[in-house]
Amino acid sequence: GVGLTAMAKPAAAQDGLEPNTWEEITTYNNYYEFGTGKDDPAKYAHTLVTEPWSVTIDGLVDRPGDYDFQAILSEMTIEERIYRFRCVEAWSMVIPWNGFELADLLNMAGVQDGAKYVAFETAYRPDEMPGTRFPVLDWPYREGLRLDEAMHPLTIMATGIYDRPIPNQNGAPLRLVVPWKYGFKSIKSIVRITLTEDEPPTSWNMSNPREYGFYSNVNPNVDHPRWSQASEREIGGGLFASRKPTLMFNGYEQEVASLYEGMDLAKNY
Amino acid sequence: MQSINQTLRRIPVWAIYLLGALPAPWLFYLGLTGGLGVEPIEALEHRYGELALQLLIAGLAVTPLRRHVGLNLMKFRRAIGVLTFAYVALHLLVWLVLDVQLPSQIWADILKRPYITVGMTAFLLLLPLALTSNNWSVRRLGLRWRKLHRLVYAAALLGAMHYLLLAKGFQIEPLAYLAAIIALLALRLPIPNLSLWSNRADSA
Repeated sequence: GVGLTAMAKPAAAQDGLEPNTWEEITTYNNYYEFGTGKDDPAKYAHTLVTEPWSVTIDGLVDRPGDYDFQAILSEMTIEERIYRFRCVEAWSMVIPWNGFELADLLNMAGVQDGAKYVAFETAYRPDEMPGTRFPVLDWPYREGLRLDEAMHPLTIMATGIYDRPIPNQNGAPLRLVVPWKYGFKSIKSIVRITLTEDEPPTSWNMSNPREYGFYSNVNPNVDHPRWSQASEREIGGGLFASRKPTLMFNGYEQEVASLYEGMDLAKNY
Repeated sequence: MQSINQTLRRIPVWAIYLLGALPAPWLFYLGLTGGLGVEPIEALEHRYGELALQLLIAGLAVTPLRRHVGLNLMKFRRAIGVLTFAYVALHLLVWLVLDVQLPSQIWADILKRPYITVGMTAFLLLLPLALTSNNWSVRRLGLRWRKLHRLVYAAALLGAMHYLLLAKGFQIEPLAYLAAIIALLALRLPIPNLSLWSNRADSA
């Protein structure tokens, strides 16, 4: 029941992208609330209760409040977006997301004039999230975007993969997807969205500001201090897969480069 | 403890070599056939590295176990050491050949990335130890052999550091390895108070 995929294909659904398999997408995950191993989320995330679910939208909006997930869905147009997904750890996948544009959700709440940033928060439920017993990060997981990044048509809230509801390990019931940024920016299982005037604190940046900047745009020319970002390994190639060169803005340079005009991307990493 | 030691004495050393070597081809086979998940290169690299650290800890435990528990595993220490080196070498080989792939990148990484510099140093420290793990070298080097093989203490600390430095966020596992290695090294320190006391008792 996704429908409407025949609508004018957004630039996002670029031709020639071969999606990874369901198994690859749903068994190799980073979701530290369920453990730091790549297979931990697939093993343990089933404990997360995603029904009912509501998202608090507050801060500089006209209609703040708790929005029921099903009510949000009924207002939104779900479409398919086949995006590259590039992890900061230098691996990548191609994922056929189903979702709606974040701009539509923000407009539903009514963004006020003073808002410049959007802050996001993941659910923090120690009883359902065994990984949060360890202080790997300062829970709850937090992320943020500049308002223009959030309103960009490539930025979506994903609710499905391969026309199926998004599995818990991938961020059920709804998560952010910002395809030109490293994967950790695409925060999962969102319970709160706050429009703010100031740049919000973000989890990995709080944990290690030298390694993880607020922007975290995919950039082959700016290395992570501990490894090169010039190339990546595509998941699914097996034991003898060769590395592929990483693309500027993860291949979405045409669509998003203008957002960062005049900015030194080595400083604003 | 005496009966355990007697039983242990009956186990041939080649059995330890065989048992210790088996995971290497088994993990490689799993990597080829999907048994290590959808990203087998990273998985194989990590599994070999973890086994190397575990064997390193086992090797460091031999002396304290004999001294403080009375358990005698000396007969197997060389096998544990040689296997440790073999897994470090395999870990390095997977990194070079399957992971980084580009020779220019490899050199840049060794110089630029502290966790790789540290890991590489640990490997280089273990190299002479592996080369002298034979009876001829032990006879030939005499006392110097024992001194040389103390390099394993530094290699162990660097190995644990290597793991700690590559972890993202605050993770327990690399800290546990580091703690185990520090504890096993600490058990080797002469306890100054006790030795002073016994010296005094001797001279009295």
